[in-house]
Amino acid sequence: MISADISTVLPEILLAVYAMAALLFAVYTGKDKTTPLLTWVTAGVFVVLAFWIGLGAGTTAQAFGGAFIDDGFSRFAKVVILVSAAAVLVMSQNYMAKMNLGRFEFPVLVALAVVGMMMMVSAGDLMSLYMGLELQSLSLYVVAALRRDSVKSTEAGLKYFVLGALSSGMLLYGASLVYGYTGTTVFAGIIEAGQDGLSLGLLVGLVFLVTGLAFKVSAVPFHMWTPDVYEGSPTPVTAFFATAPKMAAMGLIARVLFDAFGHATHDWGQVIALLSVLSMFVGAIAAIGQRNIKRLMAYSSIAHMGFALMGLAAGTEAGVQAMLIYMTIYVTMNIGTFAFILSMEKDGKPVVSIDALNMYSRQEPLKALAVLVLMFSLAGVPPMVGFFGKFYVLTAAVDAGIAWLAIAGVVASVIGAFYYLRVVFYMYFGDETKAGLDGTMNPVQWAMLMVSALIMVVGVVNLFGVEALAQAAAQTLVH
Amino acid sequence: MENLLSLITFIPLIAAVVLALFLRGEDAAAQRNAKGVALLATGFTFVVSLFLLNGFDPSNTGFQFVEERQWLMGLTYKMGVDGISILFVMLTTFLMPITIAACWGVEHRVKEYMIAFLLLETLMLGVFCALDLVLFYLFFEAGLIPMFLIIGIWGGVNRIYASFKFFLYTFLGSVLMLVAMIAMYMDAGTTDMVALLSHEFSSGPINLLGWQIMGGLQTLLWLAFFASFAVKMPMWPVHTWLPDAHVQAPTAGSVVLAAILLKMGGYGFLRFSLPMFPVASDLLAPLVLWMSAIAIVYTSLVALAQSDMKKLIAYSSVAHMGYVTMGIFAVNQQAIDGAIFQMISHGFISGALFLCVGVIYDRMHTREIDAYGGLVNRMPAYALIFMFFTMANVGLPGTSGFVGEFLTLMGIFQTNTWVAAVATSGVILSAAYALWLYRRVVFGDLIKESLKTITDMTTRERAIFAPLVVMTLLLGVYPSLVTDIIGPSVEALVSNHQMAVLDSSSVVQIAQH
Repeated sequence: MISADISTVLPEILLAVYAMAALLFAVYTGKDKTTPLLTWVTAGVFVVLAFWIGLGAGTTAQAFGGAFIDDGFSRFAKVVILVSAAAVLVMSQNYMAKMNLGRFEFPVLVALAVVGMMMMVSAGDLMSLYMGLELQSLSLYVVAALRRDSVKSTEAGLKYFVLGALSSGMLLYGASLVYGYTGTTVFAGIIEAGQDGLSLGLLVGLVFLVTGLAFKVSAVPFHMWTPDVYEGSPTPVTAFFATAPKMAAMGLIARVLFDAFGHATHDWGQVIALLSVLSMFVGAIAAIGQRNIKRLMAYSSIAHMGFALMGLAAGTEAGVQAMLIYMTIYVTMNIGTFAFILSMEKDGKPVVSIDALNMYSRQEPLKALAVLVLMFSLAGVPPMVGFFGKFYVLTAAVDAGIAWLAIAGVVASVIGAFYYLRVVFYMYFGDETKAGLDGTMNPVQWAMLMVSALIMVVGVVNLFGVEALAQAAAQTLVH
Repeated sequence: MENLLSLITFIPLIAAVVLALFLRGEDAAAQRNAKGVALLATGFTFVVSLFLLNGFDPSNTGFQFVEERQWLMGLTYKMGVDGISILFVMLTTFLMPITIAACWGVEHRVKEYMIAFLLLETLMLGVFCALDLVLFYLFFEAGLIPMFLIIGIWGGVNRIYASFKFFLYTFLGSVLMLVAMIAMYMDAGTTDMVALLSHEFSSGPINLLGWQIMGGLQTLLWLAFFASFAVKMPMWPVHTWLPDAHVQAPTAGSVVLAAILLKMGGYGFLRFSLPMFPVASDLLAPLVLWMSAIAIVYTSLVALAQSDMKKLIAYSSVAHMGYVTMGIFAVNQQAIDGAIFQMISHGFISGALFLCVGVIYDRMHTREIDAYGGLVNRMPAYALIFMFFTMANVGLPGTSGFVGEFLTLMGIFQTNTWVAAVATSGVILSAAYALWLYRRVVFGDLIKESLKTITDMTTRERAIFAPLVVMTLLLGVYPSLVTDIIGPSVEALVSNHQMAVLDSSSVVQIAQH
């Protein structure tokens, strides 16, 4: 029995063991000198694991009495998490070295965070949920404050930690209520207890659980930390925040809602719909005033989370599929965009103001074109792939009878289009005299930017088959 | 020739990719090559599209040259043309080489300029050929990107404001259409437009937030589509983006905008609103008719007050589009024939008028009417051509402008006499502003110092106008060229519409008994 359990959790165990071994290795050898090696090896391990999980058996298995679930849904999410984490690691290596941030702890902490995320999307029990969440969060608190001598970075880390602790508290409170009213922490047990409608206590517990989780995906009104943390953290860390953890948290929300409260779609549907509509609007409107591209991307990610939540609010298999597709596309776009942001520098110093993009198209036509594609894709303008992400969630929402949310979503996306257009505006119509970026770009970052932009254009043919994969994944979650 | 439509649609795109990948440098030779490739590609597209016209059978009212392939989530890549859309395809392929030739004088980032226009051509052709809702939306919406860039990069002084206004206005209109499309998909279970055309969307009254909505789902869908097409068309009162966009856009951009992009709105009404939501169209037709009548009179009056030539022509475009919407929603054979005819002819005439402005703008770099006067003394050829298109714009018999206006007015007279009466006054007003513009620019004494050295049109410029003159005259004296092709399809459209409306009213009557 135990061997079967272990083999189900093997990828997570291996990754955790790898992280610890890497830590030991670095501490006892060259310390920070090993960072480049460690970064590439960690990324390599991620990719290998992604292949292993992705190409593995298509069955559903449970381990440790249902506390850990290995199904199509979790595998889909894990592959996205692993690949995006690997991409962020390799593209940030150069930046970290330049900024004197080349600490060996970064790849190790990222590896540990990824273990936490893999736990999150596989959680089948409130305990394992919390374990995964905290492992991920603690690692992220530390990397946010990686630049110890910078006030902003430490502020970001502290802010993230304090607010994160608050949200964990709420989550735990909700979990304890759920446990109190059902007598079990296993999702399968919770859903059984709630068969004939949720009792009031269980409902309150559900709301607190959702609150805690909404904080992690930075859904409005639990988003306050996002812009500050995005701005204060070193850019590679921001890039990481914007990708893998978002996928993990979204996966976790879907897990809890469908596995533990799958019968009460109507109850949580409204809550999620509200979070969704608020996120879309606040994300779209608040970003208009931003001049700092990292803050801009923070609000952009809030708006995008609103759209992904719209898929969940639908409460259907199509909705989950739409959410998965949306998140995959979102993560891909963000990797490309952050690869570009990482390369933004003037006289060797990083720049984050969007004014610096003035007439970038004149300097670097190809890169400007790639960023243009990404911006239109983020705005959801066809024929870029970003449009299809929106199309799937809107379809799911209308299908589930929440057309008002879909209409609100498209209106928000028009408002949001404005600030993406402004980036394009600076690059293409800006003031030539204010041009202010060095043209150089690290080859890895260049490749990430180009590949991401290319995917946004070529993906229109068939989305690289993600549609069918996401559908299979959604099927295993929604019965 | 199974893939003829795809071929026509994607030749410009291929040329754009070739330009983007293989053309290097910014020197004169590279610029010439870019223009050459673009002209060649658009010319070739036109030639190929002639095969389309040749193989088209007007008596068949269904879709022809249909191609179909599976795509994402049950969507299909489906293309096809019928009598209503084929002429828009021809209009686009015909005008694009002229447009490209008209921007020969551009020297600023030529390669990108050509790529933007080639891309735009692919997207415009796609709109007229697409037979799948989402595919249609894809082309419809994507056209905003190149146009946004064309206005923003190569536009006039106030181009930033104009480009953002253009983009956000039309984007807002069309995302509502997207939601409606999704609702249609849910209702009918398919995005295939051929199937949707025969699908009956429910038209029973429904309650929404305490409001009783006549025509039910059809009305809601109709309104969402209307939001998009009315902005695109543009109809009063959502026309305000057009004058800004026109004034700031470069000449070639204005030509494409006026001659082709505006027609997407009219095409949309004919393809979606009228046949798919007949009951709602019938219910809301008075609204559209009166909006059109107001547009015709109001924008004509506004045009009278303009001091900028392009703005004047832009307002005149809005007025002429008023005839189109009026004709479409009068729903009878003459009116719709007239509306389509008006769109085609307006494509030639307004394109030519913007080119006329471009000719003198290239020389004087101003569009202010007051800066000109007495041009006939130094530019006789220009005066002649400008005169011709001014007359065509006014709707002089013998030019294509007359046929379109006459047919729509005749059609609307049978449906709603009052609207017809109001709209007819627009004919007089259009003569007023167009002739007054012509007088101020061309006639009078040549007293302005700056104009004393202005030169007449070059051979290249004359060559650009030649095909437009020919088409305007040809359609003016022999309109059957167009009406023979669109006739049967329009007839089918009208009879289907009337049948659907009758059906629904009989249902209501039975329910009342």
